[in-house]
Amino acid sequence: MSSPNDYIPILIQAVVALGFVVTVLVVTHILGPKLRGKKKDANWECGIEEVGNARFPVSVRYFMTAILFVLFDVEVIFFYPYAVNFHELQLDGLWAVMLFVGLFLTGFFYVLKKGALEWEK
Amino acid sequence: MGKVEVVNGVETFNGEGFQLAMLDKVIAVARANSVWPLPFATSCCGIEYMATMGTNYDVARFGMERMSFSPRQADLLIVAGTISKKLAPILKKVYEQMAEPKWVLSVGACASSGGIFDTYSVLQGIDRVIPVDVYVPGCPPRPEQIIEGIMNIHRLVKHESLRRRYSDEYKHLLTKYNLNEDE
Repeated sequence: MSSPNDYIPILIQAVVALGFVVTVLVVTHILGPKLRGKKKDANWECGIEEVGNARFPVSVRYFMTAILFVLFDVEVIFFYPYAVNFHELQLDGLWAVMLFVGLFLTGFFYVLKKGALEWEK
Repeated sequence: MGKVEVVNGVETFNGEGFQLAMLDKVIAVARANSVWPLPFATSCCGIEYMATMGTNYDVARFGMERMSFSPRQADLLIVAGTISKKLAPILKKVYEQMAEPKWVLSVGACASSGGIFDTYSVLQGIDRVIPVDVYVPGCPPRPEQIIEGIMNIHRLVKHESLRRRYSDEYKHLLTKYNLNEDE
């Protein structure tokens, strides 16, 4: 029978392994020779002065169209297993799919009314 | 007792199950055989350097197959081609962002002296903006000449002290070229 005490060597080994890695990482940062400078530590490294800010608002029109396409694309994929089992599922299956499509259509009309697909606006 | 052997230019003392060598010599040889170049190729010398990289001349033989297009991981800046005055600050910043130890190989007449372009727009030698270690003459130089330049770089690498960046000589060089300074 093994007791929890038998696993203490494994625990010690894990601590030593982790401790070695952390110690070496810290020691290299302290002992390693280094020269720093404002230009040297700059993020951009192609040599050209950076201009402006990368965080500015962009138009979401394309994103809306793309994400809606993905939604309805996935909806169509769900039809395939239903089409294969059309006869076995009978009327219950039809109601389930109608509910599924109905939910999607509600969302679709909401999106249309909100004007998410009007490109020229 | 053991005996002294010279392996790859490094003196080693061999005994039963151990081998002793000077750490700085071992590091120098390791550095010299794994110089990662940053090709700053702007014109026809760049084409010659591409031939040097290719299978016929094959700089990979010297542990240089890994071209670094980030200055952070580069050891050797190979400037091959005409550097206009407009490009000079870019070259300087790329050099500044390289980590020590770093070396510069100036390939061809244009990079070394401006070459035939003795005009208002062309930098008359890259040593006006960054320190250069080895100059390769030619317009453009053949790959053999570029390889000889690389061999000379290797000779410098093998003899560079590990803490050169802290030396007064190096600090003087940085001040002279106005490098690593906060403006």
